[in-house]
Amino acid sequence: MKNDIDSEAYLRMLKIRGFEQAITKLITEGEVAGAAHSSIGQEAAIVGACMALNIDDYISGTHRSHGHPIGKGAKLNPLMAEILGKVTGVCKGRGGSMHLTDTSVGSIGESAIVGGGIPIATGAALTAQVLGTKQVALAFFGDGASNEGVFHESLNMAAIWKLPVIFFCENNGYAAVTPAIQTHGQPDVAKRAVGYGIPGVIVDGQVFDDVYKATVEAVERARSGAGPTLIEAKTYRFDEHCVGLFINGNYRPAAEVEHFKTERDPVTLFRTVLAARGFSEDALKEIETQASGLIDEAVAFAKASDYPDPEEAFELIYAEPTIIRR
Amino acid sequence: MSSTNTKRMTYLDALGLAQREELERDPTTIMIGEDISLYASGGAFGNIDAKRIRSTPISECGFAGMAIGAAMTGLRPIVDLTIANFIYLAADPIINQAARVRYMTGGQFKVPVTFRASMWHGQSNAAQHSDRPYPMFMNVPGLKIVVPATPTDAKGLLKAAIRDDNPVLVFEDNDLWGMKEDVTLDTDFVLPIGKADIKRAGSDVTIISVAGCLRHCLKAAEALAKEGISAEVVDLRTLLPLDNEAILTSLGKTGRIVIVDYAHRTAGAAAEIAAIVAEDGFDLLKKPVKRVVTPDVPIPFSPGMEAPLYPSAHSIAAAVRQLM
Repeated sequence: MKNDIDSEAYLRMLKIRGFEQAITKLITEGEVAGAAHSSIGQEAAIVGACMALNIDDYISGTHRSHGHPIGKGAKLNPLMAEILGKVTGVCKGRGGSMHLTDTSVGSIGESAIVGGGIPIATGAALTAQVLGTKQVALAFFGDGASNEGVFHESLNMAAIWKLPVIFFCENNGYAAVTPAIQTHGQPDVAKRAVGYGIPGVIVDGQVFDDVYKATVEAVERARSGAGPTLIEAKTYRFDEHCVGLFINGNYRPAAEVEHFKTERDPVTLFRTVLAARGFSEDALKEIETQASGLIDEAVAFAKASDYPDPEEAFELIYAEPTIIRR
Repeated sequence: MSSTNTKRMTYLDALGLAQREELERDPTTIMIGEDISLYASGGAFGNIDAKRIRSTPISECGFAGMAIGAAMTGLRPIVDLTIANFIYLAADPIINQAARVRYMTGGQFKVPVTFRASMWHGQSNAAQHSDRPYPMFMNVPGLKIVVPATPTDAKGLLKAAIRDDNPVLVFEDNDLWGMKEDVTLDTDFVLPIGKADIKRAGSDVTIISVAGCLRHCLKAAEALAKEGISAEVVDLRTLLPLDNEAILTSLGKTGRIVIVDYAHRTAGAAAEIAAIVAEDGFDLLKKPVKRVVTPDVPIPFSPGMEAPLYPSAHSIAAAVRQLM
């Protein structure tokens, strides 16, 4: 059982890493319109949280959210096609990089309004509570979002109603190019839980096992009716805020970036753990080959897919077919 | 149970009845808003499970977003924002999430959420409690907006909003709350969203009424009739989508049009209606379009300053006379 979780978690982390690397390459090839925010460096936090959930549990995400549906088990082809703006995309080309949503795995949307996904997940938890489904919801957000009013409003409402929701902060240390230490009265987002009377937990976001264990506990608590938990995963973004973005100015030390890439890479760290747990080199390579095969397939699928007919822009605005004036 | 009986009730009672009927009909319907536990204890929401009544902290942005998340995952929330100005605090999730999450996700969601907002008016509540915010939301594709002006329309349109699979904003002029008429007790009485209603037929001039202006429009039409001017009063009832056909059909009959709206002049609902007339009905016009609206001033506190700013039967009739 543990072995199955470990190999699946490793596969999903590799899928996220490979997916983001493929997109970076596609951007340089001019295949991607608009902005793309990479999750590289944050794979253990994402997958550690998602592996603690059932497929029908809900997750909401952020502008930096390619990894979240992948972590939840989404198929890669429609995600990649969406980022290329193709008609076969999971959102039919209407959402793009910042709005990957795959309801088939419980992903209920990613918000490019910072903090926007937090009350959405809280609402999904309200649905689960009212209908008595035993599902839970998990909101992914960053350190930047923890300064939005809806973060505080959502934590408070979830606390008073004991909603089955997990507030999961991927604290990568920077809101775009502003260090979190300049925007938080004290450095730990999790300590804010005290103000709402709910547990606040800090975990090493580069270590899969730590994230997974903390999230399993939070999910059990939520499912049992005991209410929400705030988890803060201390993590790090390896790329710039936005892939290909030219940042004029030194907002983070080069040595810090280098330290995380060489000493604190979540994929490398987890590989070492798996080897120590008895995974053979062949077994690990097999998972790695499987992941890269899936990425290649997704890129080929996305490239071969058609762009939507521009007329489709006028569809799916309302739940019923509606004539929109030109 | 369906019934063709009627009961005399106020606009506010009709809204309450609509809500209670829908809560009793559909177990996925829930109420969200500030202070509502007080009304629940008085039986305002009927005999339903307490977990479907969420009396909230003062967190408009948070509970609006939460209601939208609930609507995306299988509930049908009715959110009472109370005073319409508070909708600005909830504007982010209404605009950025509710209105476009279906579109952005390629149709993966329906968002059946209703937001109620009462527009206070003429009671010295000053500029932060006296707005008519609907024109701003008319600029948001993905929303529907209704503005009922009678108790029957209030019941039929609120029920339609709750049953609709899209986000619907229901704006209620609170000076209508005490207005009484016989309202159907039919629990399946719903009115179509997007359809205007001719509240008085006429042949010389079309008066387009937005929201609570209806009473003033009807009063003006009555006064004009005594002068031999036959005014047709078209109550729009829905602002998004607008019933262009009803506007142009009436204009085709009369050739003259006066648009009456409590909202401020610039880019108000009346401005959009005037644009439709200019684009599609120009050849039908015997005289230029007239607007009777609230000027672009924040609503002042002192009663003597506030009252003259709004459209009245007197100012509507005066505008009509200028077209004759």
